[in-house]
Amino acid sequence: MIPVDFDYAVAESVEDAIRLLGAGGEDAKLLAGGHSLIPLMKLRVAVPTMLVDLRNVQGLSGLQRDNGSWRIGAMTVHSELEHHPDLGLMGRAAGTIADPQVRHCGTIGGSLVHGDPASDLPAVLLAAGGSVTAQGSGGRRTIEAADLFKDYMTTSVAPDEVVTAVHVPALDGWGYGYQKFNRRAEDWAMVAVCALVSARDGVCEDVRVGLTHMASTPLRATAVEDALRGQPLDAGSIAKAAEHAAQDTDPPGDLNATPAYKRHLARVLCQRALTEAAGLS
Amino acid sequence: MSATVPVRVTVNGASHHLDVEPRRLLVHALREELGLTGTHVGCDTSSCGACTVHLDGRAVKSCTVLAVQCDGREVMTIEGLGSTDDLHPMQEAFWEHHGLQCGYCTPGMIMAGVDLLNRTPQPSESEIRHAIEGNLCRCTGYHNIVKAIQAASGQQTEATSQARDEVQA
Amino acid sequence: MTATEAAPNGAALHVGRSLKRKEDPRLITGRARYVDDMSLPGLLHAAIVRSPEAHARIVSIDASAALARDDVEMVLTGEDMADLQSPLPCAWVPPGTEVANPPHWPLARGVVNHVGDAVALVVGTDRYAVVDAAEDVLVEYETLPAIVDPKAALAEGAPLVHEDLGSNKAYEFSLGGGDVEAGLAEADVVVQREIVNHRISGAPIEPRGVIADYRAGSLTIHSSTQVPHFLRLFLSLMLGMSEERIRAVAPEVGGGFGAKLQIYGEEALLAYASRRLQRPIKWIETRSEHMQVSHHGRDQIATCRMGARSDGTITAFHVQITADLGAYLMLLTPVIPVLGAFVMGGCYAIPNVRTDITGVFTNKMATDAIRGAGRPEATHMVEVMIDQLASELGMSPPAIRRKNFIPKESFPAEVATGVIYDSGDYHGSLDKLMGKLDVEAFKREQAELRERGIYRGIGLSTYTEICGLAPSRIVGPSGLGLQTGLWESAMVRVHISGAVTVYSGASPHGQGLDTSFAQIVADRLGVDPEVIEVIHGDTGTGPQGLGTYGSRSLSVGGEAIARATAKVAEKAKAIVAHELEAAAQDIEVSGDRFSVKGSPDRGMSLAEVAGAAYIPENLPEGMEPGLEETTFYDPENFVFPFGAHAAIVDVDAATGKVTVARYIAVDDCGPAVNPMIIDGQIHGGITHAIGQALYERVHYDDDGQLVTGTFVDYSLPSAAEVPMFETDRTETPSPSNSLGVKGVGEAGTIGASAAVTNAVIDAIRPLGVTFMNMPLTPVRVWEAIEEAKGGVPA
Repeated sequence: MIPVDFDYAVAESVEDAIRLLGAGGEDAKLLAGGHSLIPLMKLRVAVPTMLVDLRNVQGLSGLQRDNGSWRIGAMTVHSELEHHPDLGLMGRAAGTIADPQVRHCGTIGGSLVHGDPASDLPAVLLAAGGSVTAQGSGGRRTIEAADLFKDYMTTSVAPDEVVTAVHVPALDGWGYGYQKFNRRAEDWAMVAVCALVSARDGVCEDVRVGLTHMASTPLRATAVEDALRGQPLDAGSIAKAAEHAAQDTDPPGDLNATPAYKRHLARVLCQRALTEAAGLS
Repeated sequence: MSATVPVRVTVNGASHHLDVEPRRLLVHALREELGLTGTHVGCDTSSCGACTVHLDGRAVKSCTVLAVQCDGREVMTIEGLGSTDDLHPMQEAFWEHHGLQCGYCTPGMIMAGVDLLNRTPQPSESEIRHAIEGNLCRCTGYHNIVKAIQAASGQQTEATSQARDEVQA
Repeated sequence: MTATEAAPNGAALHVGRSLKRKEDPRLITGRARYVDDMSLPGLLHAAIVRSPEAHARIVSIDASAALARDDVEMVLTGEDMADLQSPLPCAWVPPGTEVANPPHWPLARGVVNHVGDAVALVVGTDRYAVVDAAEDVLVEYETLPAIVDPKAALAEGAPLVHEDLGSNKAYEFSLGGGDVEAGLAEADVVVQREIVNHRISGAPIEPRGVIADYRAGSLTIHSSTQVPHFLRLFLSLMLGMSEERIRAVAPEVGGGFGAKLQIYGEEALLAYASRRLQRPIKWIETRSEHMQVSHHGRDQIATCRMGARSDGTITAFHVQITADLGAYLMLLTPVIPVLGAFVMGGCYAIPNVRTDITGVFTNKMATDAIRGAGRPEATHMVEVMIDQLASELGMSPPAIRRKNFIPKESFPAEVATGVIYDSGDYHGSLDKLMGKLDVEAFKREQAELRERGIYRGIGLSTYTEICGLAPSRIVGPSGLGLQTGLWESAMVRVHISGAVTVYSGASPHGQGLDTSFAQIVADRLGVDPEVIEVIHGDTGTGPQGLGTYGSRSLSVGGEAIARATAKVAEKAKAIVAHELEAAAQDIEVSGDRFSVKGSPDRGMSLAEVAGAAYIPENLPEGMEPGLEETTFYDPENFVFPFGAHAAIVDVDAATGKVTVARYIAVDDCGPAVNPMIIDGQIHGGITHAIGQALYERVHYDDDGQLVTGTFVDYSLPSAAEVPMFETDRTETPSPSNSLGVKGVGEAGTIGASAAVTNAVIDAIRPLGVTFMNMPLTPVRVWEAIEEAKGGVPA
């Protein structure tokens, strides 16, 4: 399986990338780690006419902590997130993506912009209340996670924009849990649930729950959050809250999962993720 | 056809200058341009890992990397790891512990195993299994591959078979 | 361990030991040479235009755009190949049976019958360019109704795969003995289940590949095949070439599992195109193509009835199989269910056993031999049914098996299906297995896990299989209908230096037979396996052979080598006796020498013998010079390996996910030549069956579209899905060959799917589930649990 022929340019700066994208026309695409794009190109599902390679652009990799938030360069690879000692939920989820080889190449920016509802990181960004910085010919803007994921494989990043950084609130003191269900370790999530819990004196002060592969975009399970917030953080209230996990979801069925099964999985995994986040497992 | 792109890449310690189509996959550049046929292709979907090589010291699937992305970088393939006269300890361990049958997945499996030990010198069985979860083998059931990687890490393993135990006793 | 270290008992030096493999140095260093690793001057590349339709009439093919490209040399369609002498072969149909066999051409003629059916061949100068050019070939199709479900295919008015046949039924065949209806009538309990062995793929990690090079009237074809000798024969028939003008080579082959036991259209196509262009051409299968057009296996739906008296004595077993053959009959397609029918009685003394098979055409890829080929299906039926019966009778799974085992003393044992099981000790392997199960620990862990919603279960499978495919008298044209003999050949050549080259007609592709064969020869000639080279897979060297499949290569091919080596040793002994003025019968192989019994200092090394043989100044009167012998070996009977397996699985009741926690296998393939290699075969075989039971499934939708077209959707288990395996052996020699060996390549696969399935059913029985079919995927297990609860999943 061979990609269709395309033109190729290496950008030396973000501005250069924006210019090259513009010049490349509507089917020009950015190349980050390539591990979402190249597989689709080999199957000839994606047929870009030009790739603009970001690998030489300085300043797009690495993590910094400032003002209670992580700034993660868009070209930071999953394995760097996975092995970071303090990154919490994002690192944990990154460590479940595909396999080590893929995690050595795939980038957080590429994964988010790809907008695959079965990917691990989008729901985490959504639950954590993060954002991305996108730079285009019109300047730089911040896109909140809640506004980023528009539809199946569709985000609000414009075709001529480059995502340069991802911002994730550090949420110090919050507990987290990540429950990913797949048939094989290297598979995409059939369903995954991430949970973040802040507790004081045994009561749930605040809670965020993200759902992967339960609709054409990642989702927040707000009904679960509403049901648990302010409640004692125990097995009973977690179980009760998790019952709401499939509310307002629209999971796609496939050979290995019916929509009914995925809704059931969402509830089971939600309970497990919350239990883990609450430190009760 | 799009214009070819010059790529300067170091492979197994030797510098090469290639002119490739942008769509040329690294695995094909290695196999066809450089004659390094030890790196194999087993699938179309980055699933099987037979094409695993090291890029700047990290295991990658060379079927999912464009050759042009490797400009200025270093690649190591199974041929660079060791030769029949000078086997790498991981190669020795695969031989000693019968970690291969048809051999097709083996170069990728060995490169994945070496990558694991580079970062985790004493991995647990579970860590080994997850480190090679992106490398499929149809022959061995992975049992002896896991043992070979354990052995290469200097950890004790059971003998490869009871009979081997008996003979060695 | 060095190869020449003395054996503990002073007997065989090499046979019985876990020698490191001779094959490995090239494989672990990336220096092996698979088909795609080879090139030739002027090599062209090929890509194939395939049908996206399950069933359609080809209205037109427009190759003009492809042909207009500078880098394209030729486009071939079915019409362009009208001079092909014959279609692709089907070499084995059930005996005495009328079998509908529609012509199967390498490129479709007029109609395509499954997704992936080849429509055109594009040949060009660049590997990437031919892929582009194939997309430029415009094919117009008129869609025809597709039939996918084999039972629906038999219904009145169903769409016909092959209209001119008037029916989708390919054949009906029955095999058995006794009277199953009478046997069922005398049973106190009869259990009936529909058992499904769903469709799977062989999926060797090396896809197939072909390089055809026709020059000056001769064809050399390199193919990733298990059967180079068959390939030469059938190419000569299809191309109308004299057989000696064709050399077929299987170079390093990256696994087969039956998927490369085939004569494929691409082999004929490449040879044909190379002859047309007088240029070498390469085609390498993509994984997506492999999923579409490398033959599939299994796909049998069976209605099984097993009856027993209340004491557990099984009185009858009746199986009605609907076998989904796919769209065409390939090399062995129709006979696969028959191979299973021979062992439908399993390890048990069941007086009445019958299998009724209906072969059905559907708009899917053909099914054929995949690891086990009919016997995994049969074993799965027997072993799942016996557990269902045990449950009905309130007996334990080991107890019902022991009650019905053919006793050790009864061998050789003629069973109801008419074959003679050569040897066995079924109680012995089950006893050994049970000794390894810590039942108390199992119960304790089961209770602990239950508190967390994890249901642990245990499942047994005690199997025997029929393999060592041969003997010609039984399987051949006047026996079971195979249109060839099934023997194996060997040639052993001692060089003047004392080095040895062994030529085998087998064609191994991962089984380690170079090593096992060398061990056999080394002991008989007093040399180190290091100086024995084994050559195979090349019709241009060595004698005619038959290839590697059906767990035959040690029991048939290895025995041939043992016999050829014995002939060499006889001649060597005569030379030694002559040189040392001793009697030939007093010469023995002792250590690294041929020496006089009782006088170990009087002897000659093989190199010295070879020197005498090739510089014939002092040979015995009338003896020819040289030291080289050939044997063709055709055994008297099949061999019947057996064993007892246990799977312990954990089912997460909330999600339905199954994890294999422990797997124990006690197998018997006769005396071990190389125990390490045997264990490796068992590990891989078990994993293949775990794949079928829990992960893998070739699935077509109702329109005949292949849903599982890549390794993303077709889920081979990875290292993270399987445990370490606990293996052990018993050794019951086969009387069928002098080595006493039986096959082991398929045994693990044959035994394991029932063990896993029985374990899952055992695990979730407390939740009310009493029976399930594979694949035991999370959603299906969850749905079974929900259904048992009485809840219908919304």
